Amino acid sequence: MTPEALLLSVVVAVAAGLIGSFAVMRRMSLAADPLSHVALPGIGVALALHLHPLVGAIAMLFFGALLVWALEEQSRLATETVIGVVFTAALAVGSVMTSGEDLIAALFGSVGALGWPELVFGVVAASAVIVFVLTQRNRLIVMLVSSDIARTAGINVRRLNLLYLQMFALTIALGLRYLGVLLMGALIIIPAATARRVAVNIQGMLVIASMCAVVATVSGSWLAARLHRETGPFIVVVAASGFLLSLAWRRP
Amino acid sequence: MSSSSRDMSAGDVLEVDHLSILFDKNRVLTDLSFHVARGSSLAIIGPNGAGKTVLCKALIGSMQFEGRIRWASGTRIGYVPQQLDLERDLPITGYDFLRARVKLGGSGGADVSRVLDLVGISADVARRPIGTLSGGQFQRLLMAFALAGNPTVLVLDEPTAGVDKPGQEQLNEALRRLNETEGLTVLFVSHELSVVHRYSTSVLCLGSNQSCMGPPRTILTRDLLHDPYGTPLSERPA
Repeated sequence: MTPEALLLSVVVAVAAGLIGSFAVMRRMSLAADPLSHVALPGIGVALALHLHPLVGAIAMLFFGALLVWALEEQSRLATETVIGVVFTAALAVGSVMTSGEDLIAALFGSVGALGWPELVFGVVAASAVIVFVLTQRNRLIVMLVSSDIARTAGINVRRLNLLYLQMFALTIALGLRYLGVLLMGALIIIPAATARRVAVNIQGMLVIASMCAVVATVSGSWLAARLHRETGPFIVVVAASGFLLSLAWRRP
Repeated sequence: MSSSSRDMSAGDVLEVDHLSILFDKNRVLTDLSFHVARGSSLAIIGPNGAGKTVLCKALIGSMQFEGRIRWASGTRIGYVPQQLDLERDLPITGYDFLRARVKLGGSGGADVSRVLDLVGISADVARRPIGTLSGGQFQRLLMAFALAGNPTVLVLDEPTAGVDKPGQEQLNEALRRLNETEGLTVLFVSHELSVVHRYSTSVLCLGSNQSCMGPPRTILTRDLLHDPYGTPLSERPA
C-alpha cells in the first residue's frame, strides 16, 4: 500500500469508528446496511454519464439519508419497512444498471490507482466527519438519552439528526473504495459494536471503536494484498474476529 | 421557547391560554388555561390518561398544540421525564452525561459535583454506566442533569417514580430547598396526594371533562377530586 493510500484508509477508518459509535448507541445498526446499498444505482448512473462513481454514490446516499430522516420524523414502524423495501430495491435497480467488472468493484470495493482528487476529497471529507463527531459529541450523547431532554438543553434535535445522518452517508461513500456497497455498513457497525462491549465510558467507546476500525482496515488490506484477493471481505473478516473476541470479555 | 414578556403579568413565569392537544387523534387536553407565578410550586394531578405527561411535553416544546404557551423571557427549563428505557450496556457514565450538559453551557452551567450533592448521588454511582443504575438512581441523575443547566423553572414528570422511600424524601426535600431558597419555579406531576399537600403552593387537577386549579387546601378535597377522578377517593394523611 502506498503511503497516501494508507493515510486515506486510516482517516476513513477513524471516521467510521466514530460515526459508528453513535449509530450503535442509537440502535440504528440495522438501518446502516441497507442505507449503504442505495449507493449502487448512483454509481450506475455516474458510470453511464462518464462521471466519477463517487459523485453518483454521494448524491444517492445523501438522498437516502434524507429519506431516513424524514421517515424518523413520522412513526418508527414505517421506517423499518420502507428502508427494507426501498433500499434493497435500490440494490436491485443498481445491479441491473451496472454490469460486469464495474458491478463487482462497486459491490465489494476495489483498490485501483488512487488519484490526487480522490485522495484530497477523501482526507478532507473524513476529517469533516471526525470533527463533526468530536465537536458534537456532547449534543449527540444528550440526544441519544432523550430527545425531550435535549430540547430543553437548547439542542436543535431535528437539525442535529439530519446532520448526523448526512455525515453517516458521507462515511459510507468514503468506504466504497475499500469495502464496496455491500460491506461498508460493516466497517461502521462492527468496530463500534466491539467497543460497546468493552468500553466503560464514552471516551473509551470512541477510542476503541476507532482503533478497531483502523486495525481491521490496515491488516485486512495487507492480508488481501498478500493473497491477491478483494480487500473488502478481508477487512470485514478481521473486524468480525475482533467482535468475536470481545464476546469473551467481561466488563470489570 | 421563551417568548416576549409583553402583556404578561409581572409575577408570572408561565401563561397557558386555551391549550388543546390532540394525541393519536384523541383530544387529550381541551381549552386549558392557567398561569404560574414565579417562585411557586405547582403540582399537576389527575387520573391516568388525563394528559399530565402530554402537558409537560407541550410545555417544553416537544409536542404540537393549539392555543398559546408563553414563558417569561429569560426562562431556562430543566426537565425530568418519566422513566426512560435505556439499554444496560450503554457505555455512557453518569459523569459523561452530566459533563455533556455542563459543556453545552447555556448560562454558565453549574458544577457537576454540586448537582450530584444536591440529589444525593455518590461519585461511585456517577462513574457507572447509566444503564446499570437502579430506577431511583437514574431518576436522581436526570434531576442532576436538569439542575446542571442552571434552570429557572423545573418541569418534573413524576420525578420520584421508582425511587425508594428515603430517596423520595431526599429528592422532595432538595426540591423544596431549591424552590424556597433559590426561588426556582417547580411544576411537578405527582400521584401522591400527601406529597402534593406538603410541597405544592398550588394544584392543577386535570380531568376528562373539566380541570380546576387552586391552592392545595381547596383542590384536595373529596368533592372537587371526585369529579375529575370519577371515583370517590380515600384521603391520605398529609
